[in-house]
This record gives sequence, structure tokens and C-alpha cells, in this order.
Amino acid sequence: MAVDKKIFLDPINENNPITTQVLGICSALAVTSQLKPSIVMGLAVIAVVALSNVITSFMREYIPQKVRIIVEMTVVASLVILVDQLLKAYAYQMSKQLSVFVGLIITNCIVLGRIEAFSMGNRPLPSFVDGLGNGLGYAIILFLVGFFRELLGFGKLLGYRVLPESLYAAGYENNGLMVLAPGAFIILSLIIWLQRTISGYRED
Amino acid sequence: MKAHGTIRSAFEKGGRFERLWPLIDAAETFFFRLPVRTAGGTHVRDAYDLKRMMMIVVMALFPCMAFGTYNVGYQFYASAGLPADHLACVLKGLTVIIPLYVVTFAVGGFWEVLFALIRGEEINEGFFVTGALIPLVMPPTIPLWQLALAVSFGVVLGKELFGGTGMNIFNPALVSRAFLFFAYPRSISGAGVWTLTGGTVVDAYTMATPLHLGLEPKGGIVAHLAGNGFDFWRMFTGLEPGSIGETSTVAVLIGALILILTGVGSWRIIVSVFAGGGAMALLCNAFAPSDASMMALPAHYHFVMGGFAFGAVFMATDPVSAAGTNAGKYVYGFLIGVLTIMVRTLNPAYPEGMMLAILFMNLFSPLIDYAVVRLNMRRRLRRAAG
Repeated sequence: MAVDKKIFLDPINENNPITTQVLGICSALAVTSQLKPSIVMGLAVIAVVALSNVITSFMREYIPQKVRIIVEMTVVASLVILVDQLLKAYAYQMSKQLSVFVGLIITNCIVLGRIEAFSMGNRPLPSFVDGLGNGLGYAIILFLVGFFRELLGFGKLLGYRVLPESLYAAGYENNGLMVLAPGAFIILSLIIWLQRTISGYRED
Repeated sequence: MKAHGTIRSAFEKGGRFERLWPLIDAAETFFFRLPVRTAGGTHVRDAYDLKRMMMIVVMALFPCMAFGTYNVGYQFYASAGLPADHLACVLKGLTVIIPLYVVTFAVGGFWEVLFALIRGEEINEGFFVTGALIPLVMPPTIPLWQLALAVSFGVVLGKELFGGTGMNIFNPALVSRAFLFFAYPRSISGAGVWTLTGGTVVDAYTMATPLHLGLEPKGGIVAHLAGNGFDFWRMFTGLEPGSIGETSTVAVLIGALILILTGVGSWRIIVSVFAGGGAMALLCNAFAPSDASMMALPAHYHFVMGGFAFGAVFMATDPVSAAGTNAGKYVYGFLIGVLTIMVRTLNPAYPEGMMLAILFMNLFSPLIDYAVVRLNMRRRLRRAAG
């Protein structure tokens, strides 16, 4: 069974959940002060969106319309707890650093949005691909924000110093604004500006 | 002239360099009379336009620039304990001020031209006032690369993002300063940056600004300030450490007079900022725990310290980001004054509150205008009904 390539590629650029739909902003601001938690958070969301899409797609014929949100949330919540437990077991430090934000994936609009908009009306395989695409679209933006915030705010990437000492000796300083939450707002808005200028998207 | 004509045609619509037309247009309006003539009937109108308004503000800033230049040099020699005549002070000051202005106008001008070219608009003179203001709200020790970043931030994110001159929500000069304040706090806050020093500082010299000294007064606050050499008249005339243009209340008042007489700056805003600041200072005085507290500082001291007067006259009155209705201007100005004194006295983390207060009220000025207009409509409806 062939899956339309657009299902995967659209949410990465043209219909990106963060830059176009402006969903999932909360976590994009909260966990991106360094690159590593941004990547882990991105992976966690990819896993949750893709798997919850598949599971709800399998069940879509059997879920009564009136209680569908409750059922969907149960699926998402189970997956989020699973991801949280995995992180606690295998990456305890990271799990502590991400703190409540892994648990808060359940409130991420992207997850419920994709279930409601896509997997409840599509077969499992396209739903899986749609979940992957949207998760990846989210993860890429988180990666970019985390990359610039850690580079400009700490002069490091993944905890390693990348800016040479000679630069600091020449008078360079780390940008304190990037460490604060407004720094994430500014980086994010610049990415949105750039992306929308390229894609020509306009809000009505 | 003939060469100019040939070059010009290459830039007109359909010419080879059509996209670069704004550059020619800007050069022409600066150096030549426009070849454009009115075709229809003529109307008598005042030649009073944006350009002239901007120039008046820049002229009003001149006393602050001149005094700031002198003061930077004066503080330099005073901190080193060297004797210096007036000329030496001015020359030393110029070596600081000129690079700041060159960087500000080069960077700001670059962004203005770039956005005008991309958007195919005329290059307007919107950056004149912003560019004249920015170096005046900087400490003399600011690194030039940080200044360049701040100017870029102020022009691109503070103004162009919203659509250019006249469309901005916040005062772009203050956006630049706020950027530095949060991004590189060590360059623009603390006690060490407000004086340009030659390395050694003599014991008799106080590096901290009066506002810093007010944070932890030993004994009565007025006496504490005077003990460090900051009596009222010295702070009024302005020979003290601080941002380059803000120290002299006298120079600011001369500028205020020019702005008010020409009608460029709103006297309603200026007066109400002082009224709000005065009222809040009196309130703080009433509740001050002891003499040795910032809360006990009299209102007239607040007016001459830090950037209060400069902000009230040159920053709060920016017609784009201030409230537009007359009643709204009173509310807007009054709250700026109140907030400034509140930050100064009640929040020990920030010795100065003028910048934050103005930016905060910039945010609320559309709401204030909306409320004023609605209230007026309701009042008139009621009158018509009654």
C-alpha cells in the first residue's frame, strides 16, 4: 500500500505544527535552553504522536463519537507514562532535567490535534506516517531553537564548549537573553518569520 | 547634472537597477530639488512634514549630546585624578561619542536601506531620532559590537517587524537598550560601567551612580548621597556618572523647552510623568521605614537622578508609541511616573526603572486610547439621550 509522500513532508515544512499552526509553543519555550533536552523532548513527542496515531486509527471504528476524546486521552496518557518511565529508567538525569514537561506532552495540542484531524479518519499506516511527520516537524523546530539558544547563551553545544577561548579573550560575551524564556520567543519568532516568508503563508 | 540624469533613468521603473530605486530617491531628496511638479490645482499647505519634525527632535537633543560629550571626558579625568581643562574634557568625550554614533548610524542605516529595498518603499528618515537617542542612553564603556547588535535588534525586531516607521508598538531606542540590559547585563548595569576610566581610579572618586548609592544608604539617604558628593545641584547640572545623555537635567530641560514650544513633544505627557513620579515618591515617603531607605528620598531628588527627566522628555513623548488621545496622554504619563518610582524604591534588583516603565506603558497605550474613546462615546450618547 503506497502512502502519499505529502502526508510525511507537509508537516515538516508547509504545514509545520509550530511555525504554521503555532501549536506546542509551551514546551518549545520551556525545554529548549539547551540542545540535549530539546532533542530528547523532540524524540519523545515523535514517539507519542506516531504511536497514538496508530493505536487510535486501529480503534477508530469502535470508538463511540460522544466519548471519543476520553478514549483518545487514555491512549495518549498511557503512552506518555510509558515514555516517562523509559526516560526514568534509562536516562535519569535527562528525565530530571525535563521534569514535568514529559508528562505535559499529554496536553500538547499537536498530539490530540493529529488524532482528531487525521488518525480518526485514516488507516493505520498513513496515520503512522502522519504522526512521524508531525513529530519530526515539531522536533526540527525544537532542535533549531535549542541549537541557537545553547550556542548563543552558553557558547556550548550538547554541553561541549564550541566557541574558542580566543573569542572570549577578544571581548565576546554570552548572550544572557537567550538563557531566559524571552530568548526562546525571539528565536522562535525569527524562525516563524523566515519560514513563512519562504513558504508565502499568510494568516487571514 | 547630465550624468545624474543618465544614471537616474537606469534606476527608474523598467530600468536595469529598478530594485535599487529607493537609494536614488533618498539621495535626490537629500541633495536636489525634486523634479516632480504638481499637475492639478495648487493648495496652500505648511511644509511641516515628518522630516522637519524629526530634525526638531534632533536639535532638542543637542544640549544633551554636547553636555554628555563634556561629561564623559570630565568623569574620565576626575576618576584618574588628573587635572584637565574644558577642551581636554570635550576632546576625550568626542573620542567616545563619535565611534558610538558612527556604529549606530552605520548599522541602523544598513537595516533601513535593506528593508526599504526589499519592500520597494522610499527610505524614510525614521531612524534619525532613534539613532540620535540610542548612544545617549548607553554607558560610555559599552563595547561597540554589543551596541551594533542592540541597534540591529531595536531596528529589526522593534520596528521593521511591525511594518516600519510609525507602525511600532515600542520605542525602538528603548528596545535596543532593553536588549542590552537583558542580554549583556554586565555591560549596562552595576556600579562599574558608568565611567570611562584609564585603568586606575583614585580613592576620592565614586564610580557608582547616585541611584546605586541609594540602594544601601548608610544613615539618612540625602546625607548619604551628599557624603559621596552627590548633592541636589550637582545632580541637577549633571557632572555625575551615568548614561551619556541623561545626567544633566538642565540640558534635558532646554530640550523640553524646544519640544514644547514647537509643539513636537506633548507637554501633557511630560508634565504627567513628573506628576506621577512626584505623587508616588510622596506616597513612598509617607510609608518609609526610616531615613536610611530609598523610600525616604524626596521627589525632587528622583527627578534629577538617573534617566527620569531624559525619559520623560525624549522617550515617553515618542508620538508613535505613546497614547494618542489627550486624556490618554495624562493617564499614560502619570503611570510611567508611578511605575518608575515604584521600581526604583521597591525593587532592589533594578536601581533604575525608567526604561522598563516606558516600555510597559507603550504596551498599554493602545488600551488606554481605546478606553478613552469608548468613554467619550458613552458620555456623548448619554448626553444625546438625556
